[in-house]
Amino acid sequence: MSAVERLHVDWTRCDGRGLCTELLGELLAEDDWGYPVSTTGEVAPAVPRRLQRAAHLAVGECPRMALSLRPAP
Amino acid sequence: MTALSFPSAPAGPPPALLATTTSRRRLMACAAPDLASHLALVGPLPDAARLPGVRVAELAAEAGLTGRGGAAFPTGRKLASLGEAVRSGRPPVVVANGAEGEPASSKDHALLAHAPHLVLDGLALAVRAVTGAVGSSAGGAEAHLYAPAEVVRTLAPLLVERAAAGVDEVAVRSTAAPDRFVAGQSSAVASAVAGGPALPRTPWPPPRLVGAGTAQRPGRPTLVMNVETLAHLGLLARLGASWFRSVGTDDEPGTRLVTVSGAVRTPRVAEVAGGAPLADVLSAAGGASEQLSALLVGGYHGGWVPFGERAPHTASLPHSGSALAPWGADPGAGVVIALPSRACGLRAGADVARYLAAQTAGQCGPCVNGLPTLAEHLEALADAGAAVPSRQHSREGLARRVHELHRVAGLVDGRGACHHPSGSVRLVRSTLMTFADDVQAHLGGRCLAREER
Repeated sequence: MSAVERLHVDWTRCDGRGLCTELLGELLAEDDWGYPVSTTGEVAPAVPRRLQRAAHLAVGECPRMALSLRPAP
Repeated sequence: MTALSFPSAPAGPPPALLATTTSRRRLMACAAPDLASHLALVGPLPDAARLPGVRVAELAAEAGLTGRGGAAFPTGRKLASLGEAVRSGRPPVVVANGAEGEPASSKDHALLAHAPHLVLDGLALAVRAVTGAVGSSAGGAEAHLYAPAEVVRTLAPLLVERAAAGVDEVAVRSTAAPDRFVAGQSSAVASAVAGGPALPRTPWPPPRLVGAGTAQRPGRPTLVMNVETLAHLGLLARLGASWFRSVGTDDEPGTRLVTVSGAVRTPRVAEVAGGAPLADVLSAAGGASEQLSALLVGGYHGGWVPFGERAPHTASLPHSGSALAPWGADPGAGVVIALPSRACGLRAGADVARYLAAQTAGQCGPCVNGLPTLAEHLEALADAGAAVPSRQHSREGLARRVHELHRVAGLVDGRGACHHPSGSVRLVRSTLMTFADDVQAHLGGRCLAREER
């Protein structure tokens, strides 16, 4: 079983294109201004096992390369 | 902003006196315009044989020295944290950060004007700590002084003086810091000294591991330390950890520089014992000049502590992180602003929030959009209590704004590359909490401060 990963946004890159909120709607919603905001209340949400594939897809598809997955400390 | 300075004082005490005194005047007793008078006052730094790099970090840890730039990170741990990155063979960069973007703070400016050699001694020690930790020579390491352009200009001859005297293992270069609030955030500093823009970067990986790289030049592990922290290190290396701890409290050992302004008799930079009662911090600036309602502690990213007739108990509250936490404040970079009772706390909070919104670096969406929204709601709430409001406000509309302030604060908190959005949210939340009675009055078109006059 792989370690828990967290989804991080590089805010200097993100400009709210919205792909991640479509691909990963369970974990990310759009905030008032269209930027991804975690639905879990965490700033960098932990990715549940069943959403790992979708999370990796979202990271790969972000046109601004603003999303990353990092091992939870 | 008016530049405050140390009050004029006779030449400081000789080193022997400095070592034995429990006076709160430590950094301020070390005013010396040139290297010769500095060395006459405090003596030379212990050499690397007597004080190897690894001991520098240990000494800072034993003394309980913490960062004086605002984050209060333990200095010993910070100095030791570069070890691994440096062991991988990349020479480190150490920066003395005197950018002081906070408009209500002048202590770094005053320190660099009066005791610059003490700061540069501390920088030399930090270089020794991060290079000595691997037992190598300082080969390849860089030392930088990062400060506003006029300070860099003034100190240029001092750097020449030190190079000629051979007091530093690594020659110090200087970089001018632009005059903006976020220019002193550590990732912005790392970027600036690497030749990039003085803008915050995403905090991962942190600058202490990778620095700020460019396509042409990969990053190097970069340690950013506040100039006051370095000055304390410069004295600590000469006088020891128990001397350092002989003033202050267990959780706030040593002294710290504060910039006290607002409704006080003599606004100025002063040196106070760590954990001193808030009343003593005010006394260092001549005490309140009129009846007060609150203190803004920790600067524009800090929090309001009720003070005066409204809250007689806070006069004895220690100026420490743990004592101030319930008010959403901490000593930060030592800023204390006294708010008179006749001034509306909501208006003051709104003015600060508007300033902070204008100081966004413009990089991160939640900060760019959220801070102006917060400022607008807080301004409307402040306006509702004005003698002649600039527009009509309904109680329902204002109550909705209060709700929005809390909701949008939650959207902004933590969602940026640097501390600016979170620090700004802290100020807004503290304004709503400390001035909760004022909020209730404003909802009904009244203002407690106006009724005081």
